[in-house]
Amino acid sequence: MSDVAVQARPELHDTILYLDGVSVSFDGFKALNDLSFYVEVGELRAVIGPNGAGKTTMMDVVTGKTRPDRGQVEFNGGIDLTQLDEAAIANLGIGRKFQKPTVFEEHTVFDNLELALAGTRGVFGSLFARLGAASRERIDGVLETTALISHRDRRAGDLSHGQKQWLEIGMLLMQDPELLLVDEPAAGMTDEETEQTAALLTRIAGSRSVVVVEHDMAFVRGLGCRVTVLHEGAVLAEGTLDAVQNDARVVEVYLGR
Amino acid sequence: MVVRSVLVDLLAGNRGGQILLAVLLAAVVVVPISNLLLPEDSVLHVPTYVVSLMGKYLTFALLALSVDLIWGYAGVLSLGHGAFFALGGYAMGMYMMRQIGDRGVYGHPELPDFMVFLDWKELPWYWQGFDWFPFAIIMALVVPGALALVFGWFAFRSRVTGVYLSIITQAMTFALMLAFFRNDMGFGGNNGLTDFKDLLGFNLQADGTRVALFCASAAAVALGYLLGRFIVRSRAGRVLVAVRDAETRVRFLGYRVEHYKLFVFVLSAMLAGLAGALYVPQVGIINPSEFAPAASIEIVVWVAVGGRGSLYGAVLGAILVNYAKTVFTGVLPDMWLFVLGGLFIAVTLFLPKGLVGTVPVFKRAGARWRRRSGRARSPESAP
Repeated sequence: MSDVAVQARPELHDTILYLDGVSVSFDGFKALNDLSFYVEVGELRAVIGPNGAGKTTMMDVVTGKTRPDRGQVEFNGGIDLTQLDEAAIANLGIGRKFQKPTVFEEHTVFDNLELALAGTRGVFGSLFARLGAASRERIDGVLETTALISHRDRRAGDLSHGQKQWLEIGMLLMQDPELLLVDEPAAGMTDEETEQTAALLTRIAGSRSVVVVEHDMAFVRGLGCRVTVLHEGAVLAEGTLDAVQNDARVVEVYLGR
Repeated sequence: MVVRSVLVDLLAGNRGGQILLAVLLAAVVVVPISNLLLPEDSVLHVPTYVVSLMGKYLTFALLALSVDLIWGYAGVLSLGHGAFFALGGYAMGMYMMRQIGDRGVYGHPELPDFMVFLDWKELPWYWQGFDWFPFAIIMALVVPGALALVFGWFAFRSRVTGVYLSIITQAMTFALMLAFFRNDMGFGGNNGLTDFKDLLGFNLQADGTRVALFCASAAAVALGYLLGRFIVRSRAGRVLVAVRDAETRVRFLGYRVEHYKLFVFVLSAMLAGLAGALYVPQVGIINPSEFAPAASIEIVVWVAVGGRGSLYGAVLGAILVNYAKTVFTGVLPDMWLFVLGGLFIAVTLFLPKGLVGTVPVFKRAGARWRRRSGRARSPESAP
């Protein structure tokens, strides 16, 4: 291991996400191979890596979609995530944005945000739920933040690709999570949208922790944060973008041998 | 006052629902007057057999509505709703068997004819209580609901979706059909339950009873519609549509998808059970053929023809297709299944949103036509 790859095990109280020795294999293919990865409270972290490096699988493990074969996955000082399902993990305060924007196409932009609004999740609660003035204001606030206020009552399926990405980020904000996992937020965006997205994520981090998986190096540079490079299901290097870009093994993995 | 404001809330801006309730209300007023008060030779007299036929269509409409709730909104294609319908029907049938008393062919004071025939000595435990009407009605709701609860609990928790779920619902209804065919089950075997005499002491053959059953069916459709409308308009209803369109996303928002599916599945099964309970006294028989897999598929065709995801579309589809069935099986009885199959293919190919989905198309065409004719007139109207 090179110097940049080594990360001392941090104190538990300031880590929001703690993965240790996590392995996942699908039909003999090791998607994650003894992966250890820590994120601190309020940190913004970019995760890069070639296709098949395990980026999405890592998110699947954290959000309860995939159970790891081995290893520890803990949230917020010792909550074991491997024992919980997706809904329970979401309600703990972990939000996720998918690679392909997934919004509820038949609902209006406003209704999409309403469904994401933190609060009632039970059947009977939501059967009789009424939207209060404070909640309306919050939704309108997020509509402002994501520049969707003029599309408030449009069908979400009619939005442009970039707007859907933003709506999904808006839905994450409505969930008010402590940790956001964001998978390729800039995919299919124009340069200007990409810049705005980077600024938005930077703004969000600080009050909460954000992990961004991204291919677009310009975007990662825009984030100006610590970068983790995954390769073959494990951490290859970690550090500033400049440091990892100059790491010989990272260059080798990215450019081929 | 509360009732009125809820009604206004559920029907505001909902033209289809307003029309449906208006038609049901009109039917409940007109049909009794026409059947009971007008002389039989009057042109406006509705014969009793037609009243019962329409009553039967209405129970199918309620059944279709229950399927639309789970399929049109939650995206769960149940091909086993005939089972819930039949179970509700059997509960009502058992009550009416108990009402026969000692007037059966064998004149046994306690046991229904088929039990005497099987040489049974006493009433099985699961027939206890069915001589009490409220109990039978509760069972017509609880038994289908409980089956849906158990079945749905396992299916939704194991995340069985799509075509796999449809297939196991078919298996469920098929298994029940085989079970009910057995004489040992104590439900009359392949003959089922029939020869009913009265309901709540009223003669089933009397015009008044038939009209009352028709009105009860219309009321059940109206209440079923309003209940369904309440659910789909609530936030829970929006969660259901979200589950239909992007199930995984809903989970990551923190909703327990299986709870939502289970809730609407159980409720839908109970509505289907109620429909069955209203159906049996109007047709006079319940037998295991109601559990046939094809019967459940037929319900889905009604909903598809009417248009899923609107509730009133399902009601329209059920009534139209069953009217067509009545006509066709009179003229060309062997051709009906081909017609039904053809109808399903045609609707899937050309009317993916069903008949009610064509309304906006006509509206747009009408608006275009009005615009064009308005333009044609404009030179004259110009000053």
